[in-house]
Amino acid sequence: MIQSQKATFDIQQSSGSKKNVEVEIADLRKITEVVKNRYGYDFSDYAKSSFRRRIQRVIEMFQFNSVQEVINRLENDSSFIETFLAEITVNVTEMFRDPSFWREARDHIIPNLFLNHDTVNIWHAGCSSGEEVMSMCIMLKEMDILHKANIIATDIDKPILEKAKQSRVPIKNMALNEKNYIRYQGQKTLSHYYEEKDGMAILDPTLFAGVSYRNFDLVKGEVFNKFDLILCRNVMIYFNQNLQNRVLKKLHESLFKYSYLAIGSKESLIWCEIASNFIIVNNEEKVYKKIKD
Amino acid sequence: MSKFKVNNKYKAVLIGGSAGSFQGVTRILSTIPKDFALPIIMCLHRLKHVRHGFEEALSIKSSKPVTEPCDKESIKKGGVYLAPSNYHMSIELGNTFSLSTEAAINNSRPAIDVTLDTASYAYRQKLVGILLSGANKDGASGMMRIKERGGLTIVQDPEECMIDTMPTAAMSLTTIDYVLRVDQIIEFLLELDQQYR
Repeated sequence: MIQSQKATFDIQQSSGSKKNVEVEIADLRKITEVVKNRYGYDFSDYAKSSFRRRIQRVIEMFQFNSVQEVINRLENDSSFIETFLAEITVNVTEMFRDPSFWREARDHIIPNLFLNHDTVNIWHAGCSSGEEVMSMCIMLKEMDILHKANIIATDIDKPILEKAKQSRVPIKNMALNEKNYIRYQGQKTLSHYYEEKDGMAILDPTLFAGVSYRNFDLVKGEVFNKFDLILCRNVMIYFNQNLQNRVLKKLHESLFKYSYLAIGSKESLIWCEIASNFIIVNNEEKVYKKIKD
Repeated sequence: MSKFKVNNKYKAVLIGGSAGSFQGVTRILSTIPKDFALPIIMCLHRLKHVRHGFEEALSIKSSKPVTEPCDKESIKKGGVYLAPSNYHMSIELGNTFSLSTEAAINNSRPAIDVTLDTASYAYRQKLVGILLSGANKDGASGMMRIKERGGLTIVQDPEECMIDTMPTAAMSLTTIDYVLRVDQIIEFLLELDQQYR
């Protein structure tokens, strides 16, 4: 993660001297088309501003001289798509991001679910490198109900999903994660849950015995199960309104009635078509409850 | 007599700032008229774990309420907006905000470069970018983008800055149209506002 920050920094440093390739909306359309036709991933409804910056970044990282070169590479080198996907979808995440959300989950959402259930089904939609799954499992462990949870974690990006499965975090990220955990007011310290090896914090694998990981594209994938709680925090911000509507319909279909959807603290459903099928349970933490099928 | 070469082609004013910029920002916000003609969009470095307080602190001093937009919120003509903590804030074509949690840039999230770059792409020559006091180089490359795309660039006079790294970095990277003290920036904004009346 720090690695990628550094790359960004170096690019910025050199951007004054190097010729700057301006990526236009028409270029994004061309790239989207190739990726869709050749590989089946559809980015046409991604939020344009960050998609454009990501393409710009790919151009600078691999020193392409034009958008056409990116297109040629995508057309002629099928091994490039994984790297490309990783760069386009990279989403940096933290353990216990927004500690107040995790307190809300611990003190209200999860206890409410267990009023009527013996087990709960949880879906982390767009789990990235798995930090939220780790947070969830630690939280449930401390509530002594981890064995009563079935957790599914999905992501579009296969390599990052592999990373999530390994449940390891660069040790240099642990200071921030630990700070978040302290603000969450956990029972122990995070170091209780991991061993340090080769610069990585390796989390206790028994925490994740009830977690299954699968490759899933929120844009194209079919509804595959029903859940009591879906976490999709800071994922739909990469989509335009049109795609947010479609994905929200899918999430809505994947929820039991009176179950919960959590999105990022600065996301909102109010502009979505089926917003009226939800009520807001906590506006600060953006926790919604499905009230209509 | 007008001091600045301004006209009414502009669609938005962007303000970037970091260490030492709070006072300048509040002076600007407290002096501009309630019905200032353009949206003011601010990206100021802030503590990542403190979600509340900044918006309120600025609102108290401001002649108009300051809001931290949600993802996909529309940009309103007279709005004053502040990038929320721990998100990058971008401007989309079609006059909406979008937020992202991509990696920090220049150790910052929100990063001024992200807001300036995306805004200058959306508004092209119709953008005014103002960069205030700050202790790192965030914003310099964004100011360069504004210049390349035909917008207007202003930095706070390094002499007046508590920490001048930020405006100085922008000045060495690109052409800055005006180097101004805060009171002159205010004069500029008032004159700009007059063009729309």
